This record gives sequence, C-alpha cells and structure tokens, in this order.
Amino acid sequence: MDRVNKAEDLRELRNRLIAAQDTSRPVVRVCLGPGCLAQGADKVAGAFKKAIKDRGLQADVKPLIKETGCHGFCKLGPLVNLDPSGLFYAQVKPEDVEEIVEQTLVKGQVVDRLLYTENGNQYQTASEIPFYAMQQKIATRNLGLIDPILLEDAIINGAYLAAAKALSYMKPEDVVKELELSGLRGRGGAGFPTGRKWRSAVDAAKKSPGMVYIVCNGDEGDPGAFMDRAIMEGDPHGVLEGMLIEAYAVGANQGFLYVRTEYPIAVKNLKRALDQARDLGMLGQNILGTGFDFDVQINRGAGAFVCGESTALFSSIEGKAGEPRAKYIRSVERGLWGRPTVLNNVETLSNVPVIIDEGGDWYAHIGPANSPGTKAFSLVGKVKNVGLVEVPMGVPLSRIVEDIGGGVPGKDHFKAVQTGGPSGGCIPYSLKDVAVDFDSLIKIGSMMGSGGMIVMDDTDCVVDVARYFLHFLEEESCGKCLPCRLGLKGMVEFLDRFSRGEGSEEELDELVSLGEAIKDGALCALGGSAPNPVLTTIRYFRDEYLAHIVDKKCPAGVCKSLITYSIDTDKCTGCGLCVRNCPQSCITGETKTPHTINGEACVRCGMCLESCKFGAINVA
Amino acid sequence: MKKKATEIDAILDRYPGEPRYLISLLQDVQAEYNYIAPENMTLICDHVGVPLTQAWSVATFYKSFSLEPRGEHEIRVCCGTACHLKGSERLAQSLERDLGVERGHTTEDLRFSLDTVNCLGACALAPMVMIDDDYIGGATQRGIRKYLKKI
Repeated sequence: MDRVNKAEDLRELRNRLIAAQDTSRPVVRVCLGPGCLAQGADKVAGAFKKAIKDRGLQADVKPLIKETGCHGFCKLGPLVNLDPSGLFYAQVKPEDVEEIVEQTLVKGQVVDRLLYTENGNQYQTASEIPFYAMQQKIATRNLGLIDPILLEDAIINGAYLAAAKALSYMKPEDVVKELELSGLRGRGGAGFPTGRKWRSAVDAAKKSPGMVYIVCNGDEGDPGAFMDRAIMEGDPHGVLEGMLIEAYAVGANQGFLYVRTEYPIAVKNLKRALDQARDLGMLGQNILGTGFDFDVQINRGAGAFVCGESTALFSSIEGKAGEPRAKYIRSVERGLWGRPTVLNNVETLSNVPVIIDEGGDWYAHIGPANSPGTKAFSLVGKVKNVGLVEVPMGVPLSRIVEDIGGGVPGKDHFKAVQTGGPSGGCIPYSLKDVAVDFDSLIKIGSMMGSGGMIVMDDTDCVVDVARYFLHFLEEESCGKCLPCRLGLKGMVEFLDRFSRGEGSEEELDELVSLGEAIKDGALCALGGSAPNPVLTTIRYFRDEYLAHIVDKKCPAGVCKSLITYSIDTDKCTGCGLCVRNCPQSCITGETKTPHTINGEACVRCGMCLESCKFGAINVA
Repeated sequence: MKKKATEIDAILDRYPGEPRYLISLLQDVQAEYNYIAPENMTLICDHVGVPLTQAWSVATFYKSFSLEPRGEHEIRVCCGTACHLKGSERLAQSLERDLGVERGHTTEDLRFSLDTVNCLGACALAPMVMIDDDYIGGATQRGIRKYLKKI
C-alpha cells in the first residue's frame, strides 16, 4: 500500500479504496472473537473458504470472507454476518456452511433454521435483535465489522482520519482541550479524567524538559473481563490511532503497549498492525509530513495481576519485578525511567479517535454529566445472553442484565451482580436499578472497574465468591507492603473458617474491621480495594454469612464442608453411570435399583451430579 | 547440543544488551524451551547486564516463567470469576486426582503440566480449559478425561 505523506494523501487513499470496492460482492463475516473462536469459528471460516473454492465461486460471485473480531453475542457463536443482505446466522457449524453457500450466496435465499429466534420472533439482521438494538458502540465500533488483518478494511472504515485531523489541523493543546471537554474518564478502573491526566503530563514535561512516554495498558487482569482483549484483537488500528493522538497531545515520541501474555492473538494482531502502520507512514518519522515522530513497542506481560497498577507496570516494562511504589509523586510526573509517563487503558484510547472526530462536546452529551460516554462490559456468569456489550453510562443495571442480557436462565431474577473484578463488589438484586456509572457504583460500595459484569443466581454462594476473590488477591499480592501481604492472609483465614461453618458473629465484625484497616493502609490500589468483595457481601448478604457461621449451612449449596450429596431414590434408575465415574468408589447399589452415596467417603467432587442423566443427585 | 547453543544465541540477538529487555528475553527463552534452564539464565544475564540474583527475582515473581522443564502438553484450567461460578475448582481438583499432580506441577513422565490461570478472556464459555492451543468451552470432568485419553 502507498505511503501517506500528508493528511490529504490518507483521504485520497481511502477514497481510492472505497471506489475500488465492488459493492455487489457478497461479504461473509465470520466472528473470530474469543467466544466464537472457542466454539470453533476458525473451522467455520475454513469451511467457507473451502466451499467457495470447491464450487469455483471466486470467478463470478466472488464472495469475500472476513475473519472479524468479537461481534458481541458470544452465546450464539460462531456468528456469521452476510452483506449486502445483512443476514445474521447464529451457532453456525462447519457442516452448515455448504448450505449457506448454496442457498444464500448462490441463490440469495435465507436459511431460516440458522436465524436467531427469541420469544417467538425470528430476526433476519443483527440490528433488529434486542441484544444489539439497546447498545451504543463507540469503543467497540469496528469489532465484528472489519477484518483486523486487513489495513485496507480499517482505512475504509475511517482508521487514522482522526489522527490526521489532530496532527495536521490541531495544536497539541487543542487536542488536550478536546479531551477535557469530552469528560472522558479512564476505563481501566479508577475513572480518572483522561484530559486532566494528559494536561498533567504536559505540565510535568514543561517543568522537566526531555522525554515523555505514553503507555497503553492492555494487561486486562480482572478475571471475568475480556473487553480489552476483544478490542486489541478486533480493532488493533483503533488502539494505535488512540495512542498516536495521545502521543501528539502530550509530546511523546515513544509509546509502549503492555499486553497480557495470555492474549497471544492480541499480541499477533497488534504486531501486524504496527508493521502496517509503519509502512503506511502513520508511525515512525515525520508522520504525515508534520515533523512529528512516534513509534510503539509491544511489551508482553508475564502473568502478574499487580502489573495493572501503574507503577508496577512501569517496573515491568523496565525489565524488573512488578512491584508498585508509593505514589507521593504521581507517575504522570515521574513514571518510566523517572520521566513523565501517561498511562491509559485500551478501551479509553479506543474512544479517543471518535472524540477527535465528533468533538468533545458531542461525547460529553452521552450519558450522565460526571461519567460521560459509553462503557463496554463483558456480561458473563448466570445470564442468558453472555457476551460483550457497550451501553451509554448511567443506564440502570437491570437494563444490562435483564433487558440486554435476558436475565437468569430458568430463574425469576439474579441474586447479585459482581462488578469491578477483585476490586469491586457484589450488587444485590434490591439495587437492580442503580445507574451504572463511576460515582453511583462507588456510592453503593462496588466500583466500575474495567467492566467485568458477572451475574450470580441463587446457586452461587457469596461467601464462596468473597473467598475466591481474596484467595486470588492474596496469591497476586506482590508482598511489598504489610497490610496487603499479611492482612489479606488474615482475611482469607476468616473466610476459610466461615466456609467450613466455623467462627462467630463477633469474628464477622473483626473481619470487617480488618478489611477497613487494609483499605487505609495498603500501598497501592490492589491492596486498597482488595477488601471490597468481602465488605460489600457482608453489607448486603449478612444473613448468608450468618447461615454459614450460626446455622452451619450453605444456602446456595456450594461450600463443600457444609453440603452433602445424596441420591433421590424416586429419580434414580440404577443405570450405574455415577458408580463408574465416582473417583472415590463411594456409590453403591444393584443395577436397576436406586443407588446410595456413602457420605463419609464422598469428597463432593460433583462427578455424579455431572454424569447423572436423570437429575437424581441432590446437593444440600 | 551445538544446535541448541546457536538457538539461544539467535534469541539473544533479538534484543539489545540493555536491562529493560530482561523480561522479553526470559519470555522468548521460555517459549522456545518450555522452561528457563540455569545455563540459559546465565547467558541472558550476561547479555542484558543484570546480576543473576535480579534475574531470579524477576523469573520467580512472574507466573509465566518456569525454572523446571514443563510437560509435553500444557493443561490450563481457567479459574476466572465466571469459570469459578461454573465449577472450575471441581475441574482443577479432578485433574489433580486423575494426573496425580498438584496444580503448578508436571507429571513425572513429563507428559502433562497442570496449571490454573486467572482468566483466559473467553468467559462467555465458562468453564474453560485450554489444552495446548485448544480451547475447550463448557468443560466437564468427563469431557476433559476423554480429551486427555485421545492425546
């Protein structure tokens, strides 16, 4: 592809690419997002390529296969979208491909059985489906649309136009002002205003002339969150463009992209995009003839949750163990190698090009005044429509979980929604109408975090969930400060005891007081927010804790020490499947007569529950 | 033996000899050899100019480095929040029983390494187990057993 030497070149290149497009060519978009890929979408894409080749369709129909990023509706994966018809096929298997090619691509007919049906309505296109109709996509705008491998595809969809506008027609100061006007707040967790952060870096650089660095945080460490993975994989140029605009605004010539090592596809797609952007002339020396130089280096994370913390992440980029430091001097003033460094998260940066394009004022009017814009969430757990969603800030929680998410399968309503990852809290059903924005969530003791939204139902135990997070955090604590290193250990001990039915009500209060002390005393945000999952669950689900401690019961049937497995003799057919699978050999009974479980030997592994075809295993 | 030596040299040549490239080098060596052997660690330290003690501190701090040889197949049970709610702990325990090793360890015959990971980012298909490069969504104890018998 041609190199662009000025803003005008980019526009002309885009016009040329658009003009060269054959709009009559059918386009088949196969979602290769995290969810679809795990359901075999790569095989579906392969089947399309093969079927088209076998039938010799390249010659006349010339279908174009695009392997796109996450389309969002992971539950229905693998997803296939067709253009120009707009048809949306769900749960497509490789063996369905032949029929799609024959019926839709060749004859132009609809394969009804692959359409999505909900409440008796059948939907032909994605935009009609309630799951999509209620969303507004900004950060995830290109996901599912473009093929992240193809630079042309990104350019046709407007990639780098905002950067060209910023570099060629705006002063760095104007870019910062536009961001301040937009009110965009960091999507990584803390919600610090992005424009103000950039302003601080500019001021810091004035005081101490020299290098300024920018870092994009793609170390999406919160378990249960995959928004950033989806964005990095599906729209890598969008992330690079955000970084370029930021670099120009704060005067940085070197950027770092810190990506989790668990995301190999993201690393691959970003690396390819980096090379493409360099060839295009959007990275490197004298970008668009403006005299501005900027390049990006990718650093892979090495599996440490604490590296989501700014100063720990910087240590890691410098090649050291990722331990945070006390932030008497903020990292924006003294970050990488002691120089001013701006750290923004992937989702934050992918909003930036749109803000420059549409204007800060436009962005500021989406959602509530204090938390403007949209937010992407990974909606997972006990919810019908699991997937990636993006909605305006400030919508009620129930809109996301019940209207978009379709509620809990087979249940009236959810029990709690966990937001904010290990730093967040559990929001009970009674607060289902809380507005989902930074400030409202903090008010009720949880937080936005990076956007994981995990739905729990009555078979999920809050004591177990709190214990899960604390075990996670204790494991991930870097060990530098005492409140976190020993305090979390202490909290885990309390929770382990409670989950065994030990402890007392006084100990519950001691646990709260220990949690408060850690919040005050820990060095960094990991420790400072670590007690949140415990404190919110005690606040909203005290009864459930008491059920464990006082009644020695786990109402949700999760905590191993407090449950027993038994066989419902009415339902058991004596098929013997559980006997064959039981690792403890503790199930006995004659063939074709109801079996029994020897409770003493049972380790509650759940194997019988999993294997029983008649629902005869009771857990209580 | 000779081949191995050229390979490690080739990896070292990918990065300038500066301390900031320590982690990248450890990652590349880990990817190539499945673990970081003491002699390779020394070569890396010489290349980037950091003391061996510091490299050990880094290699033991981050989860993705192993100082012991890993198994032929990597089993990674995702223990993210969504997977936890859908029974990943039971999956991990059943694998520990079946393979006779604790998580974080490798079977004696070097066939399998068993690990739990914080999140694979495929939460929509919880519980998720990754065996080598294959994602297994909606994993069950029996399904994993069957899968392992095949490889």
